[in-house]
Amino acid sequence: MFTSPHGKGGKQDKMKLLTHNMLTSNIIKTVTNGYPLKIVPTQVEVKTVDFNPEFISRMLPKIDWPALCQAAQSVGHGEGLPEALTEKYEEDEMLLKKVHHVLMQVEVLEGNLVCPETGRQFPISSGIPNMLLNEDEV
Amino acid sequence: MAVKRSRLHLKELESYLEDVDVFDTPKILLEQYTTTPHIAACILHMIHTNFDDIHNQTVADLGCGCGVLGIGAKMLGACHVVGIDIDTDALDVCRRNVQDFELDLDLIQMDATEMCQEIRENSFDTVIMNPPFGTKKNQGIDMKFIQAGLHLARTAVYSLHKTSTRAHIEKKAKDYKVHMEVLAELKFNLDNTYKCHKQKSVDIQVDLIRFSFK
Repeated sequence: MFTSPHGKGGKQDKMKLLTHNMLTSNIIKTVTNGYPLKIVPTQVEVKTVDFNPEFISRMLPKIDWPALCQAAQSVGHGEGLPEALTEKYEEDEMLLKKVHHVLMQVEVLEGNLVCPETGRQFPISSGIPNMLLNEDEV
Repeated sequence: MAVKRSRLHLKELESYLEDVDVFDTPKILLEQYTTTPHIAACILHMIHTNFDDIHNQTVADLGCGCGVLGIGAKMLGACHVVGIDIDTDALDVCRRNVQDFELDLDLIQMDATEMCQEIRENSFDTVIMNPPFGTKKNQGIDMKFIQAGLHLARTAVYSLHKTSTRAHIEKKAKDYKVHMEVLAELKFNLDNTYKCHKQKSVDIQVDLIRFSFK
């Protein structure tokens, strides 16, 4: 896997881990728990996004923390994330910055999302995950 | 051109959105037609100033096409915008637009008529969309987009629909147990996009509707 730094306002569009945190494969007819999707990246990039602590604090209760930690690890940026969130996370600027980094700055350009139950792959190409399924899969 | 402001004036927003590229060859089966910069700027500005549902919010643009609504939402200060479309060609144009504006949007290829079940419920604050009108061979698709929007949104869904379908949508909103408010009546000028359009251009009356939760 290859990680490259990228300047502000990257030219290429990519998938943020914040977006990954929302995706499931539960729609596949045989799947009961298609969450979280595994990330198998082939190209990951890091870009600079303005830090907005208020926004990150507001998003934290809405994101699935274990799924974010797993995703961050799979793209090589899991270091320093606690296993569980503490109660006063909004006062912990170090944590908010770390979460900002993995949610907003680390992005997957190429790779696959993989259903944890069936192994069905959803390709990410030029930063766009293709979640389309065949008729016989749903 | 780097655009990063939240206090854009209406005219300014519209002039930026005029640089958004549109479909090369619109597909009739997907009812692809472009949301004009003027209409896009008007509705985004209304959502922004009257409801404050864009700035610092997470926004999904459902059936984003070339991305004009999502791009405009980002210009008005949305923190995270995701454009969702089924069509590879539309997403290609959208991606180029996002790159040209040097904006930060995520795109997902997904079928909105499957209710967007591949995205977890309540994943976004706001959903903004200009869905297919559900004419031609697509009857009922407009309602599927509304249901998908209601699945995704925590706060509100903003959507454009033919005024002639208002009574039907009001009935459906009751079934879905959501509030529905017609915010504006707009005149859509559809150029002769498809071969089956006989007149040079047609004006159709369109409602901007806000759905919110009880």
